[in-house]
Amino acid sequence: MATGSLTPRQRWQHELLEPTLKKAPERAARFTTVSGREIARLYTDDDLTRDDREAAGVPAGEFPYLRGIHASGYRGKLWTMRQFAGFGTPEDTNARYKALLAAGGTGLSVAFDLPTLMGRDADHPLAAGEVGKCGVSVMSIDDMARLFDGIPLDRVTTSMTINAPAAMIFAMYLVVAERQGVEWGQLSGTLQNDILKEYIAQKEYIFPPRPSMRLVTDTFAFCAAQVPRFNTISVSGYHIREAGATAAQELAFTLRDGIEYVQWGVDAGLTPDQFVPRMSFFFNAHSDFFEEIAKYRAARRLWAEVMRDRFGARDERSWKLRFHTQTAGVSLTAQQPDNNIVRTALQALSAVIGGTNSLHTNALDEALALPTEASATLALRTQQVLAHESGLADHVDPFGGSWFVESLTTQLEAEARDYFARIDAMGGMVAAIEAGFPQREIADSAYQFQRAVEARERVIVGVNDYVDANAPTPDILYIDEASGDTQMARLERLRASRDRARCAAALGRLREAALTPQNLMPLMIDAARERATVGEMCDALRDAWGEHQEQSVI
Amino acid sequence: MTERKVRVVIAKPGLDGHDRGAKVIARALRDAGMEVIYTGLRQTPEQIVAAALQEDADVVGLSILSGAHNHIAPRLMALLAEQKLDDVLVLIGGIIPDADVPRLQALGVKGVFQPGTPMQEIIDFIHQHVRARV
Repeated sequence: MATGSLTPRQRWQHELLEPTLKKAPERAARFTTVSGREIARLYTDDDLTRDDREAAGVPAGEFPYLRGIHASGYRGKLWTMRQFAGFGTPEDTNARYKALLAAGGTGLSVAFDLPTLMGRDADHPLAAGEVGKCGVSVMSIDDMARLFDGIPLDRVTTSMTINAPAAMIFAMYLVVAERQGVEWGQLSGTLQNDILKEYIAQKEYIFPPRPSMRLVTDTFAFCAAQVPRFNTISVSGYHIREAGATAAQELAFTLRDGIEYVQWGVDAGLTPDQFVPRMSFFFNAHSDFFEEIAKYRAARRLWAEVMRDRFGARDERSWKLRFHTQTAGVSLTAQQPDNNIVRTALQALSAVIGGTNSLHTNALDEALALPTEASATLALRTQQVLAHESGLADHVDPFGGSWFVESLTTQLEAEARDYFARIDAMGGMVAAIEAGFPQREIADSAYQFQRAVEARERVIVGVNDYVDANAPTPDILYIDEASGDTQMARLERLRASRDRARCAAALGRLREAALTPQNLMPLMIDAARERATVGEMCDALRDAWGEHQEQSVI
Repeated sequence: MTERKVRVVIAKPGLDGHDRGAKVIARALRDAGMEVIYTGLRQTPEQIVAAALQEDADVVGLSILSGAHNHIAPRLMALLAEQKLDDVLVLIGGIIPDADVPRLQALGVKGVFQPGTPMQEIIDFIHQHVRARV
């Protein structure tokens, strides 16, 4: 073939690449991302469609927000540095919050212990050995008041990572605000309240999916009217990714969960613009740098288009996807834990370049235990270095227009839309979950990843290569076993000192209302005021709705 | 006569629902030719021992990430002994601090596998330690 008829790319392939490969073969036959996506050697303008080029030309702050929801990015306001923390008694965690705020943290994020997350009080047999272990124990309004003692709720924003009993915990938070003299309208923060990803990934469910969805739409309606600045939900891909999903599956299942919530809200009689502006999202920052950046960009574009075109939302706040990010806990290694500082910094970098609105950076010791105060502070400092020393926060979407990143963004979006179509055909996400579909897809990906690691197709430094048996192990945080006893004693005192008849009556009203379509939030607030516990409120609803039983798929 | 397959009960005790590890190892053991029974989530020690008895298990593998191992393991080992199942090979995988490993071993837990353990190592361990069946 005459070289004159070759395109520049073909000429490059023929004259440069082929001789190079002959001289020095590549390190692998295929190069793939951490999600198993095959990556080409070189991206050029040929990898973009005309639509891609046009989309990349739309500046930040304009629909569909591919490049960001704010025209000026972080130049106005940095992302919120929100470190997730909680352990032991409410007093233990209150002290950690004060330390984080003193160190320059800009928001609080509550980690609850497993009994609280599962709606069991400290004296329930299933709670044995778990009180205060993975988070803070909050059983009643009294504990909630201790947790925020000396922290004015109109001056901080609080994120609460709780799902099945989210409405009950939020009711307690509202009553504490009231006692502090703070009006509900001034409260701002985020309730995770995302039950769908519990059935899919994290498995902290209590009730069956359908009544659980009604609890979520009750909080949407209640907050729209009474707590308008609080994010009512944080639709979470984080746990889906941690369970083993690929980047595309994280994107697809999270956004499809979001669509499901909007549909249920609409079916409950709300218009999208009444509640969608207060929906927020939560993604994982995993280790594959460019694929993660593309994921956040794709998420923004997808959400904007779906809200406008599928639901007819008119308010541009309904179109703008706001999200929190946490670096990937699952990527942390117990071996050579100092390496985790580097992993976390790189993951945080992708989240910031991707335009996250708030961020949690993991501590180096989290594959071993809950973080110590020193490791938690170092994790926060990592964000501060990124924000103030790297220049990252001074311009918007630095990879916009990159052939590689734009092409990845489009691919991820197409894969997500493909999953949307499959889930729509199943009758929506609740039906897909009931059929075990997302659970199976994630379990398959998790197993494939593990096999790739064991075959050493994927190197994990310190684990399957560069192993060092003599690497030092850090001192870890031990949770005082006494927190369980403290909380048990408190529960006894609480039950002895409250007005039993009034408390029982409030719980009875909640149980009855659960069988009617009435909004349950006001009834939970009444029960919280009567010092009913999380376990008791959940029991009232267990009586009415039963409990979810999972069909395990391996 | 075909050789009897090694029978393994994989269980997740306690309230934690993070089942990625339990499911991955269940599948790996199955692919390695073992008969795997996965109990699902939130099993009490009583339920796990009942499953071991009913399934005639050679191995009981627990996945615990929540820090509850020091409460669960003693109860489970006592119940196994009560049912004369002391020859069942008991393994625990998950987030187990180094300091707790000797305590678990003293209770009779034969293998403790911390994060990053290759699946093959667990498969080999089972083959080496599982009781000989008549």
